[in-house]
Amino acid sequence: MNNEELKNFVAAHCPEAVAEENTEWLNVVVPHDKVRDLLFTLRHDPNTELDYLFCLSGVDWKTHFHVVYHLESKRHKHIVVVKAKVEDRNNPEVPTICDIWRTAEFHEREVFDLFGIRFTNHPDLRRLFLDDTWGFPLRKDYQDDVTIVSL
Amino acid sequence: MNIFEPENKKLVESEQDFVVNVGPQHPSTHGVLHLKIKLEGETIKAVQPHLGYIHRSIEKMSEAGSYRQFSYLTSRMDYLSSHMNNQACALAVEKAIQVEVPERAKVIRILMAELTRLASHQLWWGAMGLDLGAITPFFIGFRDREEILEIFEDTCGTRLTMNYVVPGGVMVDLHPDFQKKVVAFLGRFKKRIKEYDDLVTGNIIFEQRTKGVGVISAEDAISYGCSGPVARASGVSCDIRKLHPYDGYEKLEFKECIETEGDCFARYKVRMEEMKESVKIIEQLIDNIPEGDFQAKTKNVLKPPKGEWFTRVETARGELGVYLISDGTMKPYRVKFRSPNFSHVSALEHMSKGGKIGDLVAIMATLDLVIPDVDR
Repeated sequence: MNNEELKNFVAAHCPEAVAEENTEWLNVVVPHDKVRDLLFTLRHDPNTELDYLFCLSGVDWKTHFHVVYHLESKRHKHIVVVKAKVEDRNNPEVPTICDIWRTAEFHEREVFDLFGIRFTNHPDLRRLFLDDTWGFPLRKDYQDDVTIVSL
Repeated sequence: MNIFEPENKKLVESEQDFVVNVGPQHPSTHGVLHLKIKLEGETIKAVQPHLGYIHRSIEKMSEAGSYRQFSYLTSRMDYLSSHMNNQACALAVEKAIQVEVPERAKVIRILMAELTRLASHQLWWGAMGLDLGAITPFFIGFRDREEILEIFEDTCGTRLTMNYVVPGGVMVDLHPDFQKKVVAFLGRFKKRIKEYDDLVTGNIIFEQRTKGVGVISAEDAISYGCSGPVARASGVSCDIRKLHPYDGYEKLEFKECIETEGDCFARYKVRMEEMKESVKIIEQLIDNIPEGDFQAKTKNVLKPPKGEWFTRVETARGELGVYLISDGTMKPYRVKFRSPNFSHVSALEHMSKGGKIGDLVAIMATLDLVIPDVDR
């Protein structure tokens, strides 16, 4: 499917999805509580069949978080980027997708480690790189006067 | 370390469970990877990787540097394919500021990338032999790799963290002896690659230790995000150079090496074939490097517009993705590196479960893990 068809497909399955303009691949922003259903459909529907999750990242936009899923279909060769929007900065939560793509288990742990976004129903949500005394360093409001020297 | 601490609840369920720590200082992990392995006799029941021993927060540091600076850090991620890491960053920045790279720079980049792939696979071949109990491959692999590193040293000034590929092209022009030395090296290496096969490929001990060990199916390889030689050994077509060509790979003739068994031996065969393909790619380019500029003219301070870009590059280990977000200032707003080894570590448990603990060494050897790339 091309970007236009994919956009219509996403709009039909998730009316809340907002597509971004002027992007190389289709980018859709979805509320965090709707993202799991949409991703499940995108993975298992034979028309999309996005079976390869090649990147899962978190982004801090100061007012809200994005959890960004880059998905590719090995059979259809199309790419979709889904962004889960999380408004609540104090208790950010996104449903886990590690039963849909197995690689998400470690990627979600990384996002939890660096952004503090909790993935509900994750089987083993522990910090991955840092120990528990750290804050969440990739948040934009992270302050550390000892180890970060600002120039 | 107390293995009954709360974080190990999942791994240790009763006091009869036997847990062995491998690493962080174990020779077969090639770096500071720490694995907790739950055993029943010699059979692996669970593998839990513990990461972070060499976490340097490269993503956080990238946000503090400029668009030219952050790519230098990436040489320290997968230090065996530093040209490709720099290339991925350069491609992302070039996409953002919309610069056309001169033909000469593109050809130099491919030549350097393929030489890096050769050097990386030679080191892997030697280290894999060492892991499986054969010492001679280690010396032979390093002997050949040394010649490539000398070629790099002539042009780039360094041997490991080259920082040679920059946004807009490459940093300096090629050394006058580059072409002569590469041609001489390829002549020698084409004879020596037979030596590689004679020594290891048909060896009965090697075959018994790798055939049918660490099998991962094509479906699982995709689901676990495997890429590069690991996924290709399971029959997944995933070569970024073919699927999403960059820097002129679409003009070159080379084949994507695919095996279907998905075991350690298949991964071995894929990498051996890739070395031969890399030689072919270099031979196509080395005699006709176009004349011209080696770098496009760019501003001193790069200021991309607001937006986000994603570039994908095939490194020696698999797919490296760079996700670059700009807010219109001099510094990147967010940089995410999708590293191939990170996904391979997560697939380690799936591959080794139910096998013997000795197989784990063979699996790690053929995954070709580079731990600084996992931790970043």
